[in-house]
Amino acid sequence: MTTVEALPSAPSGRGRQRALPDKWYRGMLGVVALLFGALAIWFLVAIIIQARPAFSTLGFSWIVGKVWNPTHNQFGLLPFILGTIESTAIAVVLAVPIGLGTAIALAFLVPSRVRPALSTTVELLAAVPSVVYGLWGLIVLAPLFREHVEPFLTSVLGWTGLFNGPDRGVGLLLAGVILAIMILPTMVAISRDVLIVVPTEQVEGAMALGATRSQVLRKVVVPGARTGILGAFTLATGRALGETVAVAMVIGNAPFIAHSLKSSAATLPSLIVNNFGESTGTELSALFGAGLVLLVIGILVNALARWLVWSTGADAAGAELGR
Amino acid sequence: MTSLLETPADPAVERRQAVQAAANSSLGRRKLASKVTLGVCWLFLFIAVVPLVAVIAYVIAKGLPAWNADFFTQSTKPEGYSPSGVWNAIVGTAVITLIATVVAIPVGLLCGLFLAESEDRAAAVLRFTADVMTGIPSIIVGIFGYIAIVRNFGGYSGFAGAFAIGFIMLPVIIRAGETAFRGVPNSLNEAALALGARRSTVARKVVVPTALPGVITGVLLAVARGLGETAPLLLTIFGNQYLQWNPSKPMEALPILIYNYSSQPYADLIQVAWGAALLLMAVVLVLSIGSRLVAAYLRKERR
Repeated sequence: MTTVEALPSAPSGRGRQRALPDKWYRGMLGVVALLFGALAIWFLVAIIIQARPAFSTLGFSWIVGKVWNPTHNQFGLLPFILGTIESTAIAVVLAVPIGLGTAIALAFLVPSRVRPALSTTVELLAAVPSVVYGLWGLIVLAPLFREHVEPFLTSVLGWTGLFNGPDRGVGLLLAGVILAIMILPTMVAISRDVLIVVPTEQVEGAMALGATRSQVLRKVVVPGARTGILGAFTLATGRALGETVAVAMVIGNAPFIAHSLKSSAATLPSLIVNNFGESTGTELSALFGAGLVLLVIGILVNALARWLVWSTGADAAGAELGR
Repeated sequence: MTSLLETPADPAVERRQAVQAAANSSLGRRKLASKVTLGVCWLFLFIAVVPLVAVIAYVIAKGLPAWNADFFTQSTKPEGYSPSGVWNAIVGTAVITLIATVVAIPVGLLCGLFLAESEDRAAAVLRFTADVMTGIPSIIVGIFGYIAIVRNFGGYSGFAGAFAIGFIMLPVIIRAGETAFRGVPNSLNEAALALGARRSTVARKVVVPTALPGVITGVLLAVARGLGETAPLLLTIFGNQYLQWNPSKPMEALPILIYNYSSQPYADLIQVAWGAALLLMAVVLVLSIGSRLVAAYLRKERR
């Protein structure tokens, strides 16, 4: 055994001198990460503290109060919670079948030459700002709904009682439709991504057994991607719940519980954005409280969505970025 | 041989024949069902594409006539006054987005680097926080901006808006950065470490350059998202009908202008709103497409 004379020392050029020792480098990254964590905690604490006066002066029952009338010190949130849930429900009912069908068509049916272009287009549409959808809904879709869609639906489905009242154009139905259009791209982009990662062997196996294309889709592909699709839908639901301006522009902003799909209504976000400028004291705190309620709903829905998409192994973050 | 053919009691053969008979008898029905299902999928694709195309088409058709020299050089004026434009809103949006981006990029990328290099529980918590934060309703971020900045630092201002927009961009950049950094092959890291490089050198000379396409895509998409946010700005910058370059004062922004003008009863103000919508949409789409092109170019360059 000959002794090794000396290992060549690390190059001592400029790069070496500028480089931070590993400990400092890790420390710096840790500090920045800690800053981010602190920011998140600050965010949560600030909103809770500001909402507290509403809870302490009004008790917890104000959350389910039916009347919003600041001049009489009534700050019931129920109409807005219901409005949020109803508009989101309309959007989801419309967007889920259409989104799933579109994702399947994009993943398997469209000729492979136009597939990348179409998929990119869908992802790009997810980036269109919501205020643009709101403008289109208010100026173009609302008159169309007032003159044609609502009279038609009333004449066909009036017996259900869902379409009572005058045709206004703006209202719950239009808000739901606009939300459905807005969340479609996200939904399609993510579900397409989880559909195409279903193992080819399974698809080919089913084909070899003589299954038709729709049988393969129904029994192999969609069940295989089920959790991911569910996650995509939940993610889109979260977006619909929190959407502010597009909904505020087309829902009519009436602080009442809607009697029909044509009624004007309001959601938690639209309540906040419409009343923020001129409120003080308890009303302002009640608005912060409304924000807190929305935040809790939003975090729950989102955490569920992340967990669902994660568990399939698909990269939700990547697909989501298309927004 | 013949004896084999003459024994019909082989259960496997019988079962196979039964299965084939069943499959054959249902073939027509199954083919029809398949056609119907696939047809419905095509129909849904069509239904989804129509409104989305209609939005784009309307914004272009209605917005383009609003574009003229005054539109890009003059500030907003009340109904009936000319020359009027959206220059103040363009300035506001540009200044706010610039400040938000300049702050959010280094913080976000360093956090992304931290997450990419850590596997412990703290990192998992942080990663989950960032994920949940991307889904927080933007109006609540506006509330936070109001509480944190507007109340404590002298009222509505461009800085408050930049704070809120930066807060929205941050988790997007973090996750995009982490994904990109994680994509760097471990062998490259190890080779650099084996050569005696310190971790910071590895990050600067190996990880970041290799991950650059993904990082650029993520940052541009975050900027595109920040540009279009309306609700947080309504609660933080207030709007300003005059030209304002100073971010410590209330500013105008394109999304706010669209939101406010959309409910005006005047055709010419709505016209301006369409013009602003087209401008905003064009910038966002250019950023989104640009991010893909830049990433594709950098990846090709490297090969």
